[in-house]
Amino acid sequence: MTPEQNPQIPPDAHITVRDLSMAYGDFVIQHDLNFTVHRGDIFIIMGGSGCGKSTLLRHLVGLKSPAKGQVYFDGLSFWEAGQEEQETVKRSFGMLFQSGALWSSLTLAENIALPLGEYTELSPAEIGEIVSLKLALVGLAGFEEFYPSEISGGMQKRAGLARAMALDPDILFFDEPSAGLDPVSSRRLDDLILELRESLGATIVVVTHELASIFTIGNNSVFLDPETRTIIASGDPDILRRGCPDPKVRSFLNRGET
Amino acid sequence: MITPQDTAIGQASVIYTRPEEDCLLIRLTGGWTLKDGIPSIDEFSQQITGNGPIRLIRFDGNDITRWDTSLLAFLTRIIGDARQQDMTPDLEGLPEGVRRLLGLAAAVPPQQDTGRVTGHTALLAHIGATTLNYLQGAPEMARFLGEVTLSFGRLLRGKAQFRRADLLLIVQDVGPHALPIVSLISFLVGLIVAYMGAVQLAQFGAQIYIANLVSIGMVREMGALMTGIIMAGRTGASFAAQLGTMQVNEEIDAFRTLGISPMDFLVMPRMLALILVMPLLTLYSDLVGMLAGLFVAHTAFDIGTFEYYHQTVHSLDLRQFAVGISKGTTYGILIAFAGCLRGIQCGRSAQAVGQATTSAVVTSILFIVVAASLLTIIYQQLGI
Repeated sequence: MTPEQNPQIPPDAHITVRDLSMAYGDFVIQHDLNFTVHRGDIFIIMGGSGCGKSTLLRHLVGLKSPAKGQVYFDGLSFWEAGQEEQETVKRSFGMLFQSGALWSSLTLAENIALPLGEYTELSPAEIGEIVSLKLALVGLAGFEEFYPSEISGGMQKRAGLARAMALDPDILFFDEPSAGLDPVSSRRLDDLILELRESLGATIVVVTHELASIFTIGNNSVFLDPETRTIIASGDPDILRRGCPDPKVRSFLNRGET
Repeated sequence: MITPQDTAIGQASVIYTRPEEDCLLIRLTGGWTLKDGIPSIDEFSQQITGNGPIRLIRFDGNDITRWDTSLLAFLTRIIGDARQQDMTPDLEGLPEGVRRLLGLAAAVPPQQDTGRVTGHTALLAHIGATTLNYLQGAPEMARFLGEVTLSFGRLLRGKAQFRRADLLLIVQDVGPHALPIVSLISFLVGLIVAYMGAVQLAQFGAQIYIANLVSIGMVREMGALMTGIIMAGRTGASFAAQLGTMQVNEEIDAFRTLGISPMDFLVMPRMLALILVMPLLTLYSDLVGMLAGLFVAHTAFDIGTFEYYHQTVHSLDLRQFAVGISKGTTYGILIAFAGCLRGIQCGRSAQAVGQATTSAVVTSILFIVVAASLLTIIYQQLGI
């Protein structure tokens, strides 16, 4: 179904979430979530610890099916689509996991080469070139033959990003990108995210509670509340900081000072 | 420097007084440290139950020489009890640090409705919950079996995605690397079968039939069974631990988000490896077991090597080998299935990996024993 046919979905929407409820068994984590991510947005999913941010991300990337509601990509309802269509949609994703989630039995080069080998017709030599290029983009040129366990946590994260970018995805998902990084590396990662949006035109969805990142990179956001278990604010984080009517959100965005 | 005060730190002690009719004053003195334990509040309970109603509880902590969490724990109990009985605790007389910490601990009320049932459950409810939990395992296993079957279909059509190099690495790990332990166990089992049989056979002067006993026993049953059990402990556990750790590190999720099936990429090479290796290991185990039989027959019962060989060759035909090898291969499939199933089902903690490993071995051995019994009966009925 195209966006034109579905009156619920705005025409420039890239990801649309409608009435989404998430649950583990009988325990509802968040209910009735509604939001739209536009093409080229850097969209922040924020909220206190344990409110279900990462779970929401797992629903968006198709790792966990919703208890209720729909997720649309360019108007296509992911959970109503057939397996083939789902696979096609997934191929337009890149995801950076919280811990990097590099495949530990493969070298960095093999990690990045694997999706390229699976989904492109490139020759091994061409794949090698692309691998080096992607690693260079994240500042890891020369580390091709290292195993994930041989490099630091920050480097693993950057290598994870290089892998997420391997297929030049339309949408990049980041799960807590700055967790466990020092302030300088964290800042560099933010710059990289901005650069990716500018140069690739990718839509970027970030789960984070790092205030500095939220204001530097985000241009749209939702705030998940652990008590009412739904979205209590959405929009540009800068505007929310100054003018959000909900004191909980203002307090969060101002580090507890109101 | 040790001041006189430091050496004078006494044990924690509590004195209860009633300065006014409806007021209890609790005087705390001495050093309150965790290594001396937390004083009991039994006396407090006695104080508030006897001697008329109390509305206010005051504290005097001026003579506390040092304190840590033990004092906080003691006070929390008292305050909790007091509030329950509608008494007002007045914390004014306590050291400032203590008051602040108590304030912090009370600042955030315990989270309600977390979906967790705490407390004691009745025995019947517990049995019910455990049974339901077990029953839930059945559809999960069926789903996994379905996915494995689909994946095999893709493999046969040449569509499954996995790296040939991975398959070779796994084959090396489960095959050649397992030879020493398979040799040892098979030799010892052959030895046991030979001795057990020989003692009985010798009573009839029929020692030569040790060869028949050992060769048929090893080739039809014991070779496959012992190899299966070794591989369950060695390889089934290793598969579960590898896949479980990958689950913890989100590596399996990373495959899924890329649209690469973990079934094709991780489970298939492991199943294939065991399907390739188990028949060979079974055959190897048979041979080692028969050698052990020869060793016993030759050294303890004075049977000639050629004689033994001749008797063995006569007692065996290809059918016996087919029976043993088909059993071994079946066990291999079951071990790979159980190991991968438990690994993929693994939760997201170090403890879960341990449980997955244990469960993989237990499941494999259960599968093997059940399959061994079924196959033996089936082959007997078919007269093979």
